[in-house]
Amino acid sequence: MLDLKGYGPALLDGAVVTIELAFLSLALAVTLGLIGASSKLSSNRLAKGTATAYTTLIRGVPDLVMMLLFYYGGQVAVNNLSDLLWEAYEIDVFFQFDPFISGVVTIGLIFGAYMTETFRGAFLAVETGQIEAARAYGFTRWHTFRRIIFPQMLRHALPGLGNNWQVLLKTTALVSIIGLTDMVRVAEEAAKAERMPFHFFIPVAFVYLTLTAGSELFIKWLNKRANVGVVQGG
Amino acid sequence: MADESPLICRDIHKTFDKLEVLKGISLETRKGDVVSLIGSSGSGKSTFLRCINLLETPTSGDIIVHGDPIRFTNNRKGERIPADNKQVEQIRSKLSMVFQSFNLWSHMTVLENIIEAPVNVLKVPKKEAIERAEAYLQKVGIYERKDYYPAQMSGGQQQRAAIARALAMEPEVMLFDEPTSALDPELVGEVLKVMQSLAEEGRTMIVVTHEMAFARDVSSQVLFLHQGVIEEQGTPEKVFDNPDSERMKQFLAPNF
Repeated sequence: MLDLKGYGPALLDGAVVTIELAFLSLALAVTLGLIGASSKLSSNRLAKGTATAYTTLIRGVPDLVMMLLFYYGGQVAVNNLSDLLWEAYEIDVFFQFDPFISGVVTIGLIFGAYMTETFRGAFLAVETGQIEAARAYGFTRWHTFRRIIFPQMLRHALPGLGNNWQVLLKTTALVSIIGLTDMVRVAEEAAKAERMPFHFFIPVAFVYLTLTAGSELFIKWLNKRANVGVVQGG
Repeated sequence: MADESPLICRDIHKTFDKLEVLKGISLETRKGDVVSLIGSSGSGKSTFLRCINLLETPTSGDIIVHGDPIRFTNNRKGERIPADNKQVEQIRSKLSMVFQSFNLWSHMTVLENIIEAPVNVLKVPKKEAIERAEAYLQKVGIYERKDYYPAQMSGGQQQRAAIARALAMEPEVMLFDEPTSALDPELVGEVLKVMQSLAEEGRTMIVVTHEMAFARDVSSQVLFLHQGVIEEQGTPEKVFDNPDSERMKQFLAPNF
């Protein structure tokens, strides 16, 4: 049996943090992705410009740099702002940047940009005839979106979505750098203290592998469900 | 009023950018009319049909559905747009369209396709909508395919399902946009047969078609469009056997 030298419970807690972080970031990323894609496809120039600036900026800067900038830079910004408010209006607001929240927000923001592109392509892949039929039968715009465009878009988005999710899951390892005690952080400390890197990092790698492999199966199942009504070639 | 015209179009013009596609088309239907719109590609017949249910907004001209004129206004760029989306949605629900490429919703079964608009647009109770849908599926002869997805059926079956979808709205007028043009030749007949039986039931239909035999045998009125104007108009006998227009004569006598 694998002897984790007493680090077992801490590693398990770390794994839970990793999973929570991943799911919350995913929720944020999907939300931002839908908003971003809708903005990019809208005829409103401000919305389009904002979304384009967002994706260009985020996709062009390394994840790690974003995270450091947000966590350390964010704290400095909050401190300055709170000083300013205090001097000017004697209003006392202050909050400490929490590494977990920072992690969720940063990862959500980063992957929101990738999701924007995924959803944009998926929206464009919906055949115009499908939308035209809905209009011709007197559907409202919202009804057309909810019943026709969204379900069909999802089918086109799922492969990209699954891919983004797997990369997102692995990116959560970066939060150990800003001091969040996730699984990687615990393993790193244990490995240093015990001088046994293989002993601690291999189980961690195995947890990630299990999560990604499990996700892959789930996404396959989702894909099959979403593709009902589509005749596969071959 | 019982014998109010189901559809009147007056002097419809449509311009895309600088290109004038329709140069004043008028059409008045009586209940039970079957109007065939014929003409070569690019003559504007499909565009005219799409103007009727506002998939294209006519640049000028009036559309009156069962006594209800569609209201228009101008947007900030000065383009003409429908004034009231609610009215447009309501009018569209009275004018069912059958498309060249069927456009059945691919993620829904045939039955789901047929009840979607009656349930959500007309607010028919679901149970009643299903009964109605099943009756129409019997009528077009694909009842046994009701739980199939569109992609699992032949083109002819898909188009018949699309006709059932149109019928389920119990529309004032049915609009057919080249309903057989995307079909393999051996499947054209089954769709035309369904359309002929609808005509015999006294349904008001406007059909853009290249099927001359259908236009001649089934319609009560034929419009021959050429470069955005009506070149020839009248009963099938008049248009096919005794046309005034040179264009129509050429159209009927293809050179091999």
